[in-house]
Amino acid sequence: MDNEDKENKKDGIISRRYFLESIGVGAIGVAVAGSIALTGEYLSPNVLKEPPTKFKAGLPENYSPGSTTLNKEQKVYIMRAKEGYFYALSAVCTHLGCITNWKSEEGIIACPCHGSKFNTEGKKIAGPAPRPLQRFLMTLDEHGQLVVDKSIIVGEEVILKASINKG
Amino acid sequence: MKKFFEKIFQSKVWRSIFRHGLPVSNRTRAEAVFYNFFLHVHPTKVRKRSLKFTYTWGLGGLSVGLFIVLVFTGALLMLYYRPSVAQAYWDMKDLQFVVSSGQFLRNMHRWAAHAMVAIVFLHMMRVFYTGSYRPPKEFNWVIGVMLLVITVLLSYTGYLLPWDQLSYWGISVGTNMVRSVPFGIGDKISFLLLGGNSVGENALVRFYVLHCFIIPVAAMVLMGIHFWRIRKDGGV
Repeated sequence: MDNEDKENKKDGIISRRYFLESIGVGAIGVAVAGSIALTGEYLSPNVLKEPPTKFKAGLPENYSPGSTTLNKEQKVYIMRAKEGYFYALSAVCTHLGCITNWKSEEGIIACPCHGSKFNTEGKKIAGPAPRPLQRFLMTLDEHGQLVVDKSIIVGEEVILKASINKG
Repeated sequence: MKKFFEKIFQSKVWRSIFRHGLPVSNRTRAEAVFYNFFLHVHPTKVRKRSLKFTYTWGLGGLSVGLFIVLVFTGALLMLYYRPSVAQAYWDMKDLQFVVSSGQFLRNMHRWAAHAMVAIVFLHMMRVFYTGSYRPPKEFNWVIGVMLLVITVLLSYTGYLLPWDQLSYWGISVGTNMVRSVPFGIGDKISFLLLGGNSVGENALVRFYVLHCFIIPVAAMVLMGIHFWRIRKDGGV
């Protein structure tokens, strides 16, 4: 191999064989790299048939003050505080992604998988969860309906003060 | 009767399949091993010590035996199981209650899978305690570790397929654990495994293909190398 290399590059001149071999190996290399890149792209789906991140949660008057309502499909709690304001808590446990349950008799949110417990503010009371439950942005649309956007995570200071106008 | 068999053994068809003669001399006995696809990986000599049952406990052989059971029962289960969200759970229930011997095959697959994880692990412990990872077998130990990981992955990907609460949350928790790999790599791996952000149709099909094709093929290739190497190194 060493001798061949020396012959190939004698006096800085590249032999015909070395030149053609390089083109061939290079072309195969490009084809392999391209097919690896394309296969990688293929494995990552472009369209996801998952539920949209933004959803309507109905009119504010459907929720009584001091209530916790789980939207099972969206995995979100619509929380209404005793004072009347709204906030949306993720029902996905921050530990390993199980869906938590609302325990109305104890007034806490509990995860069935590994025993994490949260209060109605989403703060951890017990268990392995590393963070409080996420809060999503909640707004009112032009028809006065509650809208939750799961793509926007907000801090606990963000609340929705909904005034109920009947009639 | 003897003449009849002799005639068969001398026939053109027989001799075209088994090119060596009957194992009557040392030479033909050796040829019977060398010229047979299934036997040719055997070592030329084996130490008497390694033939002792209590040296190996036959754990490697048991592992591959269980793998064969799993391939056959798995192929039969595939005939009734469709990997889609609407059908997977009911196909599994049909296998249990409607298909003849379905429950038997499903349980055989399940128990063989559990047993294989345990036996492969015990096999690793045996190799460790007898020091069989030492040169020249270091690399075969590495292949063995890969096969242990593959065994666990086969077990894990099969876990989602019944599509019941246990499998759904098992895979949710597992892929969320993958997410904790830093620099966004974990998120990417989890996304590619599930084919999305949550356990759904894409995830079920992906785990099915991994479980029934990609991982078993990888396992068979690695097993081929594992067995070939151990026999060339004088193991059983």
